Amino acid sequence: MTDLAQDLLSSFVIAESELNGSKNLAVVNMRKEALDRFEALGFPTTRDEEWKYTNLKPVLNRDYKIMLKSESAVSFGDIKQYLLSDLDTYKLVFINGKYSSWLSESTHQSYDICTFAAALNKYPDILSKYLGKAAPSGETFIDLNTAFADDGAYIRVKANQTVDKPIEIIYLTTEENGSTFSQARNLIVVEQNAEVQIVERHQNLGNDESFTNFVSEVFAACNARVSYYKVQNDSINASLIDNTHVKQETNSNVHVGTYTFGGKLVRNNLHFYAGGEHTESHMDGITIIGDGQTVDHHTLVDHMEPNCYSRELYKGIYLGKSHGVFNGKVLVRQKAQKTNAFQQNDNILLSDKAKVDTKPQLEIFADDVRCSHGCTVGQLDKSALFYLRSRGIPKREAEGLMTYAFASDALEYVKIPQLEKRLNRVIAGKLGINLEFAL
Amino acid sequence: MIKIKDLQAGIEEKEILRGIDLEINAGEVHAIMGPNGSGKSTLSNIIAGREDYEISAGTIDFEGEDLMDLSPEERAHKGVFLSFQYPVEIPGVTVSNFIKTAINESRKGRGEEAMEAREMLAMMREKTALLEMDKSYLSRSLNEGFSGGEKKRNEIFQMAMLQPKLAILDETDSGLDIDALRIVANGVNKLRSKDNAVLVITHYQRLLDYIEPDFVHVLYNGKIVKSGDKSLALELEAKGYDWIKAENA
Repeated sequence: MTDLAQDLLSSFVIAESELNGSKNLAVVNMRKEALDRFEALGFPTTRDEEWKYTNLKPVLNRDYKIMLKSESAVSFGDIKQYLLSDLDTYKLVFINGKYSSWLSESTHQSYDICTFAAALNKYPDILSKYLGKAAPSGETFIDLNTAFADDGAYIRVKANQTVDKPIEIIYLTTEENGSTFSQARNLIVVEQNAEVQIVERHQNLGNDESFTNFVSEVFAACNARVSYYKVQNDSINASLIDNTHVKQETNSNVHVGTYTFGGKLVRNNLHFYAGGEHTESHMDGITIIGDGQTVDHHTLVDHMEPNCYSRELYKGIYLGKSHGVFNGKVLVRQKAQKTNAFQQNDNILLSDKAKVDTKPQLEIFADDVRCSHGCTVGQLDKSALFYLRSRGIPKREAEGLMTYAFASDALEYVKIPQLEKRLNRVIAGKLGINLEFAL
Repeated sequence: MIKIKDLQAGIEEKEILRGIDLEINAGEVHAIMGPNGSGKSTLSNIIAGREDYEISAGTIDFEGEDLMDLSPEERAHKGVFLSFQYPVEIPGVTVSNFIKTAINESRKGRGEEAMEAREMLAMMREKTALLEMDKSYLSRSLNEGFSGGEKKRNEIFQMAMLQPKLAILDETDSGLDIDALRIVANGVNKLRSKDNAVLVITHYQRLLDYIEPDFVHVLYNGKIVKSGDKSLALELEAKGYDWIKAENA
């Protein structure tokens, strides 16, 4: 067991009584049990099948501050660039794990858009109904988060409500002295026939390493519609393990888009549990990374009921000495007849030193299904490049234009135009092309 | 306009061009004909700057400048245009964005201002009409799902938009039915002037009924073995290439 695990175990003893929800016996017991499981499991190594391609050692072998208590003077000006500034949104801003009411815009009127801390302290019924019901116990990072999670976003959209504007969730780290380890948690409950759009990001503004073990549980009831966008464009000294687990009921439609441009090591465990008929599960993403960056997408769609549709499209562009992993598992249970599952992972390596491991994993126990999957790893087509250049488009722009064209269909499902524009701008910047290309 | 002297080139040890001499002046239309594998496409690709070839000897002078030192995009900026035998499909990039980018990059390369949006639009309208193209072409992804004829027409549309000094048409007639051929040829003819030149590369005489050449050259085995006026093309059509092969065996 690494030192970090030991540090965590001993910090828990001190922190336990100060955590939100410590007056709720069910929560207290849940934390203890989760910690026990974490202690037994420890951190994964590359010998674990699920972590074969991503070595956590460099991230784990550090001294981290575990419970951040520092107040920090962050002004709106400091975070403006991370917000969709041209759009009115609800905002939940967390600084070093603490909710900043000053920078946030929450509501309790037609729907609850507030904090996980509030849920822990005030809504025992919600907790017993939802907490830990999407993210399974017995997974190291989830258990660890369950033990420590103190705050985060809590969103509950009651039946038949459509949230009138998108919700932005921002997790900021601002520590200037020493590395930090933080574990926020979201609980997102979207009831029958309700609808919500969420944009989320983690941002390290400090000058030292940050490591985040994050859990987000999403519950989409009958006919619920959820768009959940993850903008991962953190600094090069930030690492993230994102565990997002989505539970779907009949006729619900959930889209999770993951756009990864930044960070040192980013691991996305994105799981969908399609537990009702006629659900739609959409997950897509664009990854553009360079020197010293690792991004690992591990996805699961668990088709439990008949007549469901899932669509998965991940595009990767790898520059410099970067490493990408894609492991997409589609599980079709015996009962899930007439499942229609599509999965595609396409990658372009723009450097000799970049590396991609891609692995589709299909486990199908039903006999009347349509499942397609494919993965490609390639380079830019030389003939196409010459074609563009022969029309007067300089090499660099031609490469950028082709790469952009390669990636752009993964943005098709972004429903917030301002976000789409923003992502286009980031992509254009990453590829060094004129924005006019991208319109 | 362009003077090619003793051009020798190949790919990976394989000699393809064995000393080409060709001079084209402004206002002229030249046709290069020849059997398959004689080096026609290699010649057009090398003029446009494709980097896959090894050039062992010779020079290409374009309006007093050595083309060999220039990248494909710089050649385009100077006014060299190649209509591709097999235009490449680029999904996700619309025809109009592509041509807008190409025009403005070329202008930038020449130190000129970008073209005004209104002017660009008017020009696109005019040139699509010239080539009898539906305006919906403009918002389609470049060449994606285009038929063979649509791709070739799109090449000539780009030529019309870019207004090159030297246009090289590499097997533009292949894959065209007779109506499309007429439209494409008509487009090329409308673009001819005393200031520009056209090099038509073709296997068959058919296209030359529509685009009348001033000079016809026969390329065989990497060399121009015969030159003449347009009657040479008719002779080739009547007699085939065998007599050329026999003469140069």
